[in-house]
Amino acid sequence: MTELSRVSSGNIPDINKRTLDWYFDKIVQYLVFLSGISAIILIIGIFAFVTMEGFGFLLEDFSLKEFLLSPWWEPTDDDEPTYGILALIAGTASVTGLAMLIAIPFSLGSAVYIAEFATGKKREYLKILVELLAAIPSVVWGFIGLSIMNPLIIEFFDVPVGLNILNAGIILGLMAAPIMTSISEDALKAVPDKYREAAEAMGATRWQVIYKTILPAAKNGLLGAVLLGVGRGFGETMAVLMATGHAINIPGSVFDSVRALTATIAAELGETAVGSPHYQALFTIGIFLFLITFIINLTADLIVRGIRKS
Amino acid sequence: MKIKQLITVSVMTAAVIASQTVSARTIIQNKGSDTLVNVAQAWAETYPTINPDVVVAVSGGGSGTGIAAMINGTVDIANASRSMKPKEIKQAKDSGQNPVEHVVGYDALAVYIHNDNPAKSLSFHQLARVFGRGGDATKWSDLGLKIPGCGSDQIVVVSRQNNSGTYAYFKKAVLGSAAKDGVIKKGSFRQGTLDMHGSKDVVDLVEKTPCAIGYSGLAYATEHVKLACISKADNGTCINPSVATASDRSYPIARPLFMYTDGEPKGDIKKYMDWIKSDAGQCIVKKKGYAPFRDVSCK
Repeated sequence: MTELSRVSSGNIPDINKRTLDWYFDKIVQYLVFLSGISAIILIIGIFAFVTMEGFGFLLEDFSLKEFLLSPWWEPTDDDEPTYGILALIAGTASVTGLAMLIAIPFSLGSAVYIAEFATGKKREYLKILVELLAAIPSVVWGFIGLSIMNPLIIEFFDVPVGLNILNAGIILGLMAAPIMTSISEDALKAVPDKYREAAEAMGATRWQVIYKTILPAAKNGLLGAVLLGVGRGFGETMAVLMATGHAINIPGSVFDSVRALTATIAAELGETAVGSPHYQALFTIGIFLFLITFIINLTADLIVRGIRKS
Repeated sequence: MKIKQLITVSVMTAAVIASQTVSARTIIQNKGSDTLVNVAQAWAETYPTINPDVVVAVSGGGSGTGIAAMINGTVDIANASRSMKPKEIKQAKDSGQNPVEHVVGYDALAVYIHNDNPAKSLSFHQLARVFGRGGDATKWSDLGLKIPGCGSDQIVVVSRQNNSGTYAYFKKAVLGSAAKDGVIKKGSFRQGTLDMHGSKDVVDLVEKTPCAIGYSGLAYATEHVKLACISKADNGTCINPSVATASDRSYPIARPLFMYTDGEPKGDIKKYMDWIKSDAGQCIVKKKGYAPFRDVSCK
């Protein structure tokens, strides 16, 4: 009590006086500001770097038609190197597509269960477990694909090789599911309780409450979750490199081996001479990937933000 | 597997450096071909017993990596299982390097098939029909073979990533010559090959996959896979890949293994290169399953 009264009785520090504390305060302020904008600086820096490295290719050897429409990726051919990424786009898209087919029901189901049914401790444990699943490194997933899924797929489906779209799609689906679950669950939780109460008051069963009221109300958030999952799928590298079979191929079935855009960069960049057309072409794939994931994530973010505001 | 080797080498190198910090030591940076990496490691491990003042740091990654590092000037010796292309030599000269080629051994490039595969011999033309662009063999029955355990009959073609020296050599030697004979239109690979990222990965995959066929260095052979007997002409006698047939060049896909230095080697690098080409160095080549570039008698 005495302590308090002494402070308040006239020892109020002058906040404009430049003591050590004042400088410390300023320094911390700038540091926080710097960390705040660091993400923006980094993303601009990365984009500038990737573009600069790929620039020579874009100016000299680049043909948009060949790049996007040719299925032949033969950058090391002596006579006529071709830089077509159509087959790689098909590979990435097919794997991501299958992954979403697997991840959407899984993550939506668990999000509905965690948000609407589970209570108390069970709910907390489930949330922690889902987040743990998201923390498994992708190379571990790739290893599972290579050494566990491969023989299983060969045995079950009697196909010659188990490194294919199915393998990578399952692996990628499991990898994307946790983050999709978390975001979907947030979206479901964001639906006001009065919706549930009103629906129940009208005699709706639990299933009807979820199906007719909550899911439509949370649809933007759920769409955002799916798009983030798609972004994850497009950007994933290590697991798809190991599980797809790494074959340049326009797939005809889920048992075909394919190759992803990201995996191509990972496998080839280390062995190319810096500055060669091949090197620059790989960076051009990087620009392409960057643009696609940027657009997907931006859309997802805008959709999620949209529901928060309304 | 490659990563494991790399870690082992780096740890060993680190240990060597750490234990010998007393006197100043020369470190020779040596990088490149996966085919050569086992031999290069063995050389690097043995050399300190001859000359303890020199430490050789070896890493793999493929011929492309080694040549790229030579062009960028980040290695002293680059290992390659193919020769540098004129374009690459020009790039190196532009960045101030003057690569000099040394042949340090020969390697038989073996065609690996599953142990259950009944194929007795394969000709260049058959290989081109399987591996080449526009080749008509996509099923084993197209080659008149039936593989137990390969119900789908489909050929799983295992290849390497496009900047591997093994890839380049196979493309040139087998597909290129078949394209000249008109068996396939263009001397390049078909679409849909599984491009593995290491010599050993090819052998591992073929071992587990009855329908598969792949190519890789002879030194990666194990008893769990079969090596095809290769003939150049369709009805010619086939030659089995071995150190002996690679040495006398009777095996049709034997290729020289190169090391590149920046300019004619000098000082410690020259001593190291001379030792590699000596009997002691060449016997290590033989011990590791490759062919020495000249006749040596080893204990």
